[in-house]
Amino acid sequence: MVIACKHVWDYLSEYIDGTLSVETRELVQRHLDHCGICSAILDSTRNIIILTADERVFELPVGFSERLHAKLDLEFARAQDR
Amino acid sequence: MTVSPFEARDESKMIASIVAGNTDLYHELIRPYERSVFMMALSYMKNEADAEDVAQEAFLKAFRNLADFRAEAKFSTWLISIALNEARGRLRRRSTARTQSLDVPEEQGGVSPALLRDWREIPSESVERLEVRHMLQRAVGTLPDIYRNVFLLRDVEGLNGAEAAQALGITIANVKVRLHRARTLLQKDLAPRFKRLEPQKKRWLPWS
Ligand SMILES: [Zn+2]
Repeated sequence: MVIACKHVWDYLSEYIDGTLSVETRELVQRHLDHCGICSAILDSTRNIIILTADERVFELPVGFSERLHAKLDLEFARAQDR
Repeated sequence: MTVSPFEARDESKMIASIVAGNTDLYHELIRPYERSVFMMALSYMKNEADAEDVAQEAFLKAFRNLADFRAEAKFSTWLISIALNEARGRLRRRSTARTQSLDVPEEQGGVSPALLRDWREIPSESVERLEVRHMLQRAVGTLPDIYRNVFLLRDVEGLNGAEAAQALGITIANVKVRLHRARTLLQKDLAPRFKRLEPQKKRWLPWS
């Protein structure tokens, strides 16, 4: 069975996560083996996921941890007094 | 959150000790989750000051209610749901300004990716460029709320489908659909931009 590009796109996210059934995965794999466009969509999507997951992209504001832990210490002192 | 050193910690033991009065250990317990809680608060509140407020309040509430924590959930998931409730509560109280609903119905129909003939990999070092970080932050920031929340939990903070579903109070199937749409929207937005990105000029190295 051959599937069209449009249908392959619907499966790419689950393909990346490895949650497709064995049959569907093979179907998608066979398509990817000969379709440059779908392969490029897969590669770019994967690439973008890896980049956004990089811890340098989303960082805590400067001083966030210090302020948080200082606030917690106040709370602990209050809890002790009770 | 998928980072292994934290998996090795016995969080239920830590929690028992904190509840018994060893409150200082709470600092250590929450350290791995500071960013997740802040990021999710920011995703809802859309500005850093409010997000920091929500995050602080969530960590305080979690501390005060730590004795009620039941181990059927992961501590991180429980913590994130406390933060999300806090954020939702504040947005609800802010009745006037915001009309945008956080729970817009799932839109019908799929999203199409950007079509490319080939893809030249963007290496991880490129996030050292401010320009690249801004592109990524803006793209994630402009996703519709329901897609961004799922994307952040799954792909940025590394929760699995069940954990993300639990934190957001939606089904696992919903998480899958929203994650797929989020990834496709990001590919559609970012892939063409990355293609146009000037390659970084090679740094001059004395030995080359
Ligand atoms: Zn194709």
